[in-house]
Amino acid sequence: MEIYVCIKRVADTSEVEIEVDRSGLALEEDDFSWDINEWDNFAVEAAVQLKEEHGGNVTAITVGSEDDEEVLRRALAMGCDQAIHCSDPAFENGDAWEVAQVLATTLKGKALDLLLFGAISADENRGQVGGFVAGLLDLPLVSLATALKVEDGKAIVQHEVENGLERVREVDLPAVITVQTGINEPRYVSIRGIRKVGSMEIPTCSLNELRLTDESFGASARRVRLEELRLPAHGDGAQILEGRDEEMIDKVVDFLQEKGAL
Amino acid sequence: MDTLDFIPESTILYDLFGIPGAYLQAFLLVVAALLFAVTLNGRLKLLRRNAADPRGGQWGERVRRLLVIGFGQSRQPRYLVAGVVHIVLFGGFLILSIRSLALMIEPFAPGTIHMGPAYEAIKDWTGLLVLIGCLVAAWRRALVKPARYHDRFATESHTSEALTILGLIALLMIADAFIDGCSLAASQFGLGAESASTFSWATPLASATSSFLDGNLSSLDSVYRTAFWIHNIAILCFLNLLPMGKHFHVITALPNVFLSNLQPSGKIKPPSYAEDDFDALETVGVSKLEDFTWKQMLDAYTCVDCGRCSDHCPAYATGTALSPRMLSIKTRDAAYKHFPIRGAIVPVEERPALVGETITEDELWACTTCGACEEACPVMIEYIDRVVDMRRFLVDDGSLPTSLQKPMAALEKRGNPYGKMARKRGEWVKEVEGDGVEVVAAGDSCDTLFFTDSCAAFDPRVQQTAIAFGNILSQAGVDTGTLGKDEVDSGHEARRFGEEGLYLALREQNMEAFEERDFKRVVTTDPHALNSLRHDYELQQPVIHHTQLLAELLQEGKLPLQDLSDNRKYTFHDPCYLGRHNGEYDAPRTVLNAIPGIQTVEMERSRNRSFCCGGGSLNLFQETECEQRMGEQRLEMAIAAGAQVVVTACPFCLVNLEDAAKTTGSDNDIEIIDLAELVQRSLVGPEQLEV
Repeated sequence: MEIYVCIKRVADTSEVEIEVDRSGLALEEDDFSWDINEWDNFAVEAAVQLKEEHGGNVTAITVGSEDDEEVLRRALAMGCDQAIHCSDPAFENGDAWEVAQVLATTLKGKALDLLLFGAISADENRGQVGGFVAGLLDLPLVSLATALKVEDGKAIVQHEVENGLERVREVDLPAVITVQTGINEPRYVSIRGIRKVGSMEIPTCSLNELRLTDESFGASARRVRLEELRLPAHGDGAQILEGRDEEMIDKVVDFLQEKGAL
Repeated sequence: MDTLDFIPESTILYDLFGIPGAYLQAFLLVVAALLFAVTLNGRLKLLRRNAADPRGGQWGERVRRLLVIGFGQSRQPRYLVAGVVHIVLFGGFLILSIRSLALMIEPFAPGTIHMGPAYEAIKDWTGLLVLIGCLVAAWRRALVKPARYHDRFATESHTSEALTILGLIALLMIADAFIDGCSLAASQFGLGAESASTFSWATPLASATSSFLDGNLSSLDSVYRTAFWIHNIAILCFLNLLPMGKHFHVITALPNVFLSNLQPSGKIKPPSYAEDDFDALETVGVSKLEDFTWKQMLDAYTCVDCGRCSDHCPAYATGTALSPRMLSIKTRDAAYKHFPIRGAIVPVEERPALVGETITEDELWACTTCGACEEACPVMIEYIDRVVDMRRFLVDDGSLPTSLQKPMAALEKRGNPYGKMARKRGEWVKEVEGDGVEVVAAGDSCDTLFFTDSCAAFDPRVQQTAIAFGNILSQAGVDTGTLGKDEVDSGHEARRFGEEGLYLALREQNMEAFEERDFKRVVTTDPHALNSLRHDYELQQPVIHHTQLLAELLQEGKLPLQDLSDNRKYTFHDPCYLGRHNGEYDAPRTVLNAIPGIQTVEMERSRNRSFCCGGGSLNLFQETECEQRMGEQRLEMAIAAGAQVVVTACPFCLVNLEDAAKTTGSDNDIEIIDLAELVQRSLVGPEQLEV
């Protein structure tokens, strides 16, 4: 089985004091640490587990700049067989549509059975790329998978739908599936594991090499334009209650009654 | 042969069914020796395939341990009854081995067993004591059934095995007594005594048996002969039974003690003794029996199944999946099964996975590496290195508990398990009064370098400890620096959780920061950091703990302390990595007792028997399934000792015990405090001093 899994490197912004940089269109990145998008980590694990069960090949792909190679190494350490790095400084500013164009162009013509994505990415929570690529490659799509198995050329996918319900679907392969967190328990990648794949060759392809037209990539292709980035306005501040637990509970109840919430 | 006159020179004495005694004895010895050799060779099959483990050098210390812990049985009396019984049985074994040897030679050289009245008296008394010892031991095994003999994870209690061996020993004593009883009876009758029942205090056991005998030399002869051969055959059976089960320790315990680990207990063994380059290793850690070092396997062979380790293990006491004893027992059972004495070795693919099935992941992750098990083991079995080696395999294989993956990644990305920003690491320094503590930049120098490690640097509660200690240093005029943002986590727990690569990376960063600065010594408030820098990093400069520095300042008169009388009782909780792993029990107590007006009490489990609070660093992120948390159980011990204040000297003890006070609702009744904070409370401030 030929499995491709598309992954992204995102910033970990926890514990960081978020600030908008001078351009007003990006964040100060000095304190960020970077790692694979959490959803994508589950997608890689799902791909590797399917390979371990059914045999075949898993290829990890990312679109971005040179720095993004680290998530591909990580995917290789998890058990992917090879990686493709769509690497070009221009790729960094791409919106979901442009990224989907890059991926679709890279994947076009490749024999694939299953194309996996993380359902959304932790940075902008768009959740669009998987769907776009499915459209561009004209493949069936199942989103937000919470369980996945492959039998007789079909994928049986349990996935989230509205109102907290889940649905089980069968879809003919090849297909695109976006993966929800919790679908599996991603394996740990040790420092040694990453070092072991340190010398593996990762082929790259740039904007030029992919021969993307202006309609697929660049200012004219871009569907979303960032106007401004700002932090949400601070509220009036919190009221800190003090005292024994019972007293504080009473105070909270009084407060909520006073404000008409109870 | 007619009658017996007990003339020692008469070899006819030992003939049996017409076979000359010497021939029979020679035959039995050869058969027994062959069987024994085959068995031992079978047991060595695995040991020969095990990994390297250099145990040479420091012979003086090895001999000392052999004499004190081996022959001296110094670790036995921790359990008084069982310990004394064991000392009696072991002492008896040594004394009577001379006798047994003489009995072996006797058919070849009759008279060998007559070694004079002195030895005979000693031997007789020993036999009596051993017999009593056997009875007490059997009574305990069969009727008292102490909890520690019955591990909750054990599939068999080894009671029948123990009783068989005890019965065999008792049989040996009785047979031996009859051998001498016959001689005694014969000599008494020979002397014309009316009866043989004259009791002699010199040989009570022989006297007692002789009273059963009459003067008929012919019947004395058969009794003698029967007793002699029963004794001889029993001892050869005994020898060959030993390597079959837990009594293998009779053979392996002394070598195991002699070859025990001479490194500090807090020092973790490298992943391989054969290859220094971690990245060059083909496989990491232990996943199958062959991956253990030969000494780790000898440890498993040597396990006495006495349960002292598990009886002291906080993970066992709190109902987790771990019982250290079972690590050894299950490993040994697997070894015996897959490396049979006769027959082919079972291929790895046909065995259940050693790590994951035979020994479960939950067992391995439940260990806090507190070392209570190793401290309790009478035969010096090592557990921590084995646990870490198996974890190393799990980590390399990708099986790290989900709850630990984020903190582990944060250690890698940000140098601390909390995922806090690295540049905030030295922020706490701003809150120290005066200018005694400063962040030292690369190229600068200080006298004492304060290595905070992640917890004291980032945990708001524990920062108070660092600040308190900083204030004390500042007032005492100690020229102190800290690394600030250039410090990363010591990697102590990363290493113990099996992530060697991450530990090495963190060590490298810290070593670089150390090398860029000039300082005379390192001090830390975290015993784990102390242990790491001292034993894992092998830092050139001395590394001391803050309680040791406080004791030093006290001695120099630089800690003016005022009365803190408050009707409360204070108890000191020994952090595992300060006490057991680094041998410091006195400095914190010296400081505590120097604070005027403080009343102290000791918990029953103090000093080297201290009970782990739940473990440090990454342990805080673990969600181990248990019946009760270690901290909660420890707090109960403090309350039982009558304490209202638990003084400790480790950030994690502080956090775990404070948590326990909250979860048990006793936070209004008991205070948890670090020694540095308590000293600060008692310290006479500079403004007061001037008045």
